[in-house]
Formats: sequence, C-alpha cells, structure tokens
Amino acid sequence: MRLDVIFRVGAKIMLPFILIFAFYVQFHADFGPGGGFQAGVICTAMVILYTIIFGLDAARTVVPPWIPELMIPLGILIFAGTGMVDLMLGGNFLDYSVMGPDAPHGQEYGILIVEFGVLVTVFGAMTSIFFAIVGRGR
Amino acid sequence: MVLLTMMAVITIGVVRLRNLFAVVILGGIYSFLMASVMIVLDAVDVAMTEASVGAGLATVLMLATLYLTKAEETVPAHSPILPLFVAVGTAAALVYGTMDLPPFGIADAPVHTNVAPRYLERSLQETLVPNVVTSVLASYRGFDTLGETTVIFTAGIGVLLLLKGRRRVKPGPKRKRIRR
Repeated sequence: MRLDVIFRVGAKIMLPFILIFAFYVQFHADFGPGGGFQAGVICTAMVILYTIIFGLDAARTVVPPWIPELMIPLGILIFAGTGMVDLMLGGNFLDYSVMGPDAPHGQEYGILIVEFGVLVTVFGAMTSIFFAIVGRGR
Repeated sequence: MVLLTMMAVITIGVVRLRNLFAVVILGGIYSFLMASVMIVLDAVDVAMTEASVGAGLATVLMLATLYLTKAEETVPAHSPILPLFVAVGTAAALVYGTMDLPPFGIADAPVHTNVAPRYLERSLQETLVPNVVTSVLASYRGFDTLGETTVIFTAGIGVLLLLKGRRRVKPGPKRKRIRR
C-alpha cells in the first residue's frame, strides 16, 4: 500500500481535518456531544490512519512512542492536579468554583481543564496500546 | 426494532462463523448499530463513544491482534453445554430483573425524580455549560470521571507492561513469523 498515490494523497488531505474534528469534539463539548474520551479516540484514529498508510516507522518518527506513554500519567496529573489547585485555593477537591472570577466561570474553566486531562490520558493510552500491538509482529 | 433485529442477526452470525476476520468486522457493524440505537434514544454522547471506541478503535486493535494470530477459530475442545447453561441462566436472571423496572420512558421513574431535575434546572446557571452531559460528567460527577480516567490509565499501563515487556528471545533458529 506504500506505493499507492491516491491513498497517500487522500490521507494527507484528511489528516488535518481529523485532528481539527477531534479538537472540535473536545472544546465544543460544552455545547454539543463529545468530550475528552471521544476526542482522544479520534486523535488516535488519526495516528492509526497515518500508520496504515505510511507505515509504522514513519508514524514512530511523527509520534515517538515515549510521548503517548508519557501522556498516560500526565492526563491523570492534570485531572488530579486541578483538584489539588482547588484545595489550595480554599475549595473542596474538584470543586472548580474557586478557580474563576465567580463560581460559574470557575466551573466552566475547571470543566475545560479536566476534559483536557481526559483527552491526554485517553490519547496516550490508546496510541501506546496501538503501537505496542502493531510493533509486536515485527 | 429494526436495529435490534439486525443486531440479533449479527450476534447469531458471530456465534456461527469460524472466520475471525469476519467476526471482527461483524463486531464493528454491531457497534455501529448500537450507536444508532443510542441516537434513537437521544443519547448522542454515548452514541459517539460507541461509534469511535467500539466500532473504530476496538475493530482496528482486533485486526492488529488478528495479524499476530491465526484468522481461523479452532474447534472447541469441550462441549458447549455448560457454558450454554450458564449463559441461559444469567440471561434468565437478567430478564427476571427487568420485571421490577419501571416502564420504559416513564416520567416518574426513580432516576428522574432524584437529582436529575436539579442538574437540568441549575446546570446552565452554575457551570455556564449548556450541555448537561458534560457538566454532570466533569463537574457534578468529577470524582467518577477521575476514577474512569484512572481506569484507562491502569488499563493502558497494564497492556503496555504485557506487550512491551522484555521478550524472551530464543537462541538458535530465527523466530517464525506468522503471516496472514
């Protein structure tokens, strides 16, 4: 498949739009369906498409495996760290009300940050598992 | 109803087929049908998760796994009577359990009378997030979501430990590679 021009060009056109769609799902979750879990999986789908078309070695150059592996605990740290910041600001654990100028805005920011943490962990875990399974057959 | 019938047909196909490649693809179709059912039930967030995780990612991972193993299911060594008995027993218990559930979609079912109305009424004022699913998921039920993310963390670490752990390299002849 590596020599197929149509696949390569088509994939190159689609890849940025998949990423944009993932971020749309991520940051538009306040208004429509979606959230960190779905956006993380869509990001992984982009990596998978890239791997299928251009091969595992090329994908490993674009996304070195240590990055998703680092992202797995990083997302948890973002999520739990938000809770710790709330604690330090005088609220309860994961009570985002203290993070903004007023309680509703604090909640809004908190939700955004926490969803980003979920995105990071899901993308990291799924991409690492994909790389691990695909890399094993070689 | 049409969707559920198609899902039942696919399930029978999955049980009867021996070609694992076809089974994986049927599993993907099953997930897409499940996502359609969720859309019919107005649960778009769940439908999205089902379509992306169940139909997309799981299928790809299963196909990648299939590349490492054989594509044909081996003939089972034991008779299927006992597993069938367990499955039918569990199904009977579950169906018996649904007898006590309130009728589907009724407004004064316990789930709708407890905290749900408060979320629906106050979510926009309290979090400025119009999508109640998101505000419940990330704010009101933040602990649960932290737990869920930890589950993904644990699962990812576990799978990576199993798959990327040091491989036992056999000395001598080159390892036979299994091809499709």
